[in-house]
Amino acid sequence: MTADEQSMRRVTAIRNGTVIDHIPGGMVLQALQIFNVDGRHSNPISLVMNVPSRKLGTKDILKIEDRELTQEELDRLALIAPMASVSIIRNYSVAEKLSIQIGDEMINVAHCIYSNCISNAEREPLPHRLKVLKTSPMTLQCHYCGRIQNLDRLVNNLL
Amino acid sequence: MNSLITMNDLTNDDIHRILLDAEKLLPVAKGNFHLPLLKGKILGNLFFEPSTRTRMSFETAMKRLGGDVINLGAVASSSVVKGETLHDTIRMVDGYSDIIALRHPRQGAAQYASDCAKVPIANAGDGAGHHPTQTMLDLFTIKQAHGKIEKLNVVLVGDLRFGRTVHSLSYALVRFGCKLTLVSPESLRLPEEIVNELKEQGGELTITEDLKPQLKDADVVYMTRIQKERFPDDDEYFRVAGIYKLVANDLASVKKDMIVMHPLPRVDEINPDVDSTRHAAYFEQAFNGVVTRMALLCDMLNVPIPENIGGGN
Ligand SMILES: [Zn+2]
Repeated sequence: MTADEQSMRRVTAIRNGTVIDHIPGGMVLQALQIFNVDGRHSNPISLVMNVPSRKLGTKDILKIEDRELTQEELDRLALIAPMASVSIIRNYSVAEKLSIQIGDEMINVAHCIYSNCISNAEREPLPHRLKVLKTSPMTLQCHYCGRIQNLDRLVNNLL
Repeated sequence: MNSLITMNDLTNDDIHRILLDAEKLLPVAKGNFHLPLLKGKILGNLFFEPSTRTRMSFETAMKRLGGDVINLGAVASSSVVKGETLHDTIRMVDGYSDIIALRHPRQGAAQYASDCAKVPIANAGDGAGHHPTQTMLDLFTIKQAHGKIEKLNVVLVGDLRFGRTVHSLSYALVRFGCKLTLVSPESLRLPEEIVNELKEQGGELTITEDLKPQLKDADVVYMTRIQKERFPDDDEYFRVAGIYKLVANDLASVKKDMIVMHPLPRVDEINPDVDSTRHAAYFEQAFNGVVTRMALLCDMLNVPIPENIGGGN
């Protein structure tokens, strides 16, 4: 059994839902935030945190029961887990495999880290837009003020 | 369409073309020739923070070309009091004018406005961000003195840390292969990320605290004001401010066509006895704000500048 398979079994298989593997270690809580899961009013959820991973060093795994995330929802993960692999589970088996698609721009995923940016002014209605300049390492630039975003700070600004 | 948000909206060819246009428009800017190229057009001057110099210069540029200006400063401040968003203000002004000059305290405001508007936006300063029309008038001043903007020795002096004017100008000069000497107290040096970016773009930079030894080889000395409020105490301020005071005697052995520039207002970085030397270019630089903005307004409104203005050859 490979290390990956072992860690997959740290929690029991789900019958229906979504399994997201290869989330960088410690980032699964941010992933929940991205999917607007608040923990109190959600479907059953299992988290695995900080297990060894050949690809990432350590990784997290997230299983959400009875909810199939859409490609659009998954793409929001690009900010924290561009390498994540996603399985849609139906009746205990993998019905679909999906991956995160990183577009040219992340719209309304997070807001610019600079507080004096126009996009952080109260009630301004245009969307928050971050341009993807590079994917490895992930380099994002605010469409409005043009400044490069610090990713550690940006994950605190998820919408 | 055709907004001018940062200098990156202009290619080097665009810059050359607009500087040539500005030169052609000089007789019109000086009032020696009437050329109503923008008759029937309205400029919306939308200044959310005071900047008399820039606002007047846009206004003069538009009027010299026969266009009209509506000043929406009062509208802007009263709308802000009422809590109107920039989005809504722009959508309204968009309907009143053919082009908007926007000054706003928040960075990114010009891009945001451009996304809201159908008419072009001229960024007249967005917070600590960009002020491309200032950069263009600086380049025009340099070109008027040296006949070119390529491969010159430019000495930038004073507050290089907070001065957005100096930041934009540095990027532009590096695009044209100029060599930059950055003279400032350590606490007011050009931010490191800008230094690195300029170097990545092939910029040749010298960083120093000494002004006087740099004067001899300079083609341009660009002075800036050091603001008192940047310093924790008065002693430190007076020590630094004193170092970078240019007097006429300092210019005894400089190159004949070297120019001294300053975005104005000055405090005492440049002694008044420099004004009467052949090197003083700062008042001309202020006038150049008008003619450069005339060329930019025409460009943004897609109005071509005719050759041989004023019957010249
Ligand atoms: Zn921003």
